[in-house]
Amino acid sequence: MIHRIFTVAFFLVLLVSWEVASRSGLWSPVLLPSPLNVLEYMWQATMDGTLVTSTMVTMKRLLLGYGIGLLFGVPLGLLTSRFRILQDTLGLLALGIQTLPSVCWVPLALLWFGQTEAAMLFVVVMGTLWSVLIATSDGVRSMPPIYLRAARTMGSKGLHTWVNVILPASLPYLIGGMKQGWAFAWRSLMAAEIFVTILSGFGLGQLLQYGRELLAMDQVVAVMVIIVAIGLLADRILFSPWERFFHKRWGTGSTN
Amino acid sequence: MKKVTVSLQSELANTSPERIEANNVSKSFTTDRGKVLALDRVSVKVGEGEFLCFVGPSGCGKSTLLNLIAGIDQPDSGQILANGENITGPGRDRMVMFQEHALFPWLDVMGNVLFGLRLKPGLNSKERREVAKYYLHLVGLEKSERANIHELSGGMKQRVALARALAPNPRVLLMDEPFAALDALTREHLYGDIQRIWEARRKTIIFVTHNVREAACLGDRVLLFSPNPGRIRAEFRIELPRPRDINSVELARYSTEITTALKGFTSGQGKEVSE
Ligand SMILES: Nc1ncnc2c1ncn2[C@@H]1O[C@H](COP(=O)(O)OP(=O)(O)O)[C@@H](O)[C@H]1O
Ligand SMILES: [Mg+2]
Repeated sequence: MIHRIFTVAFFLVLLVSWEVASRSGLWSPVLLPSPLNVLEYMWQATMDGTLVTSTMVTMKRLLLGYGIGLLFGVPLGLLTSRFRILQDTLGLLALGIQTLPSVCWVPLALLWFGQTEAAMLFVVVMGTLWSVLIATSDGVRSMPPIYLRAARTMGSKGLHTWVNVILPASLPYLIGGMKQGWAFAWRSLMAAEIFVTILSGFGLGQLLQYGRELLAMDQVVAVMVIIVAIGLLADRILFSPWERFFHKRWGTGSTN
Repeated sequence: MKKVTVSLQSELANTSPERIEANNVSKSFTTDRGKVLALDRVSVKVGEGEFLCFVGPSGCGKSTLLNLIAGIDQPDSGQILANGENITGPGRDRMVMFQEHALFPWLDVMGNVLFGLRLKPGLNSKERREVAKYYLHLVGLEKSERANIHELSGGMKQRVALARALAPNPRVLLMDEPFAALDALTREHLYGDIQRIWEARRKTIIFVTHNVREAACLGDRVLLFSPNPGRIRAEFRIELPRPRDINSVELARYSTEITTALKGFTSGQGKEVSE
C-alpha cells in the first residue's frame, strides 16, 4: 500500500513540475509542450481517428511479424537442440546474428523489399526469430535428462514426449526468449517506421516522425507516451501471467 | 475406497508379481578415462514378489543393472528376462523410482501421478483420477493433490514419486537409492511405509542402496556388489519377521555381517558405504 502511495506521488510531482516548467516561459512552448497540451492532442487525435489507425497499423505489423518469428523460431530451436549438426551451424549463426541490434536490419530490408510492408515485416521477424530460436534450444538442452528417463519408463515416447515433457520443461526459457524477442521486434519496428514512410500504412513511428517534421512537439510526446503504454501493456497481458504461473509452479524466485 | 466401477476394480486389483532373471550380463561404458566395465558377467534371479536389495559402494554397477532391467539401457552381452521373455525396452510392468525424485515441476502432485496413467489404455479420465487418489492415499498424501512439487518436503516428494510409480500398477518396482537424499527420521518412516505397501500391493521390488542397514531392513535377500569390474560377490538372506525396525538388534547383526563381507571385497574402497 505504502509503495503505491510513493509511486502515485512520484508521478504527480513529475507531472506538476513538467506543467510548471512549461508555464514558466523559460523554454519555448514549441520545444516543451505542457502535459495538458499533450493530453489535448491525444484526445483530438483519438477523436479524428489518427491515433487509432496508426496504432492498428503498427500492432498489425508487430503481431504478424512476431507470430511468424515464433512460428519459425520455436520449431527451429527444437530442431537445433536435437541435432548436433544444426547446433554447430544454425545455432552458431543465430548467436552471431542475435548480437546485431535489430535496427541494423532496416537498411538491408529497404534494399531488398523497397518501401513496402514486407520490409517492415522482415525487420520484425529478424528481431524475433533469433532470440526465440536460441532460447528454445537452450531451454531444451538445459533440461535435466532424468525427466526423459522418467517419462520413458512410464511409456512416453516420440511426439508425446515432445509435447508433454520437453516443451513444458523448457517453457520458462521459452517465455524468456519470447519476451526478449518481443522487445527486439518492438524496438526494431519503431526504428523502421521512423526511417521509412510507406504508403500502405501510417504507423506510430511514422506519426512520431511526422510530428517532428511539423514541429508538433505535443504530437511527438503523445506518441512516445502511447508507445510506452503499449510496451507496458504487452508485458502485462502477454508475459506477466505466464511468468507468475511459472514462479508459482516451479517455485523459482523473480526473474530480472 | 468408495464405490468403484468394474474397470476401476480390476485396475486396482493386485497384479501377479513378475520374475526377473539376468544371465551373464555384461555392460561397459566408454568414458574419457577409457573403458569402464560396469557389469562383468552378472547373473541374478529375482523371485516373484521378492524384495531384493542391491548393496555396494558407488560405481559398482548397481544402477547400471537396474537400468538394464528397467529397459532404459541394453546389455552388451547376456540376456535379461521378465517372466522368461527378453526385456527389449521400458515397459509399464516395470516402474522406476530414482534417487532424485524426477517429478515434473510443471505439473502439480495430481498431474504427476496421472502422467503414467494417461499413457495406459482402458481407463476414462474419471477412473484415472480415482486410481491416482487411491495411490496418493496409500502414500499418505491425499490432502496434497493440488500442491506444487516445490512446495513439498524431500520425503513428500519421494512419496509422490512412489505413488507415480505405483499408479500404472506395475508388476515390478525398481528403486534406485530413493531415500539416499533424505534425513534419517524421514527415511525411517518410509521404511515402514514401503514394507506396508509391498505387502499390500504384492510387487517384485528391486531396491538399490549403498546403506547396508537399509538393505538389511528391507530385503528378503541382499546382494553385495563390488566395483572394477562390477560383480555380485555375496548373497545374504535376511530371516527376520516383518515389519522390521531399522534400529533392532537382530537387524544390526545382519548389517554387521554384510559390512564385514563388504570390507573384505573392497578393502580401501568401501568408504562410501555406510553401515
Ligand atoms: N552413462 C554412463 N556413461 C559412462 N560411464 C558410466 C555411465 N553409467 C555408469 N557409468 C560407469 O559405470 C560404473 C558403474 O556405475 P553405476 O551403475 O552408476 O554404479 P552404482 O549405481 O553402483 O554407483 C561407474 O564406474 C560409472 O562411472
Ligand atoms: Mg547408482
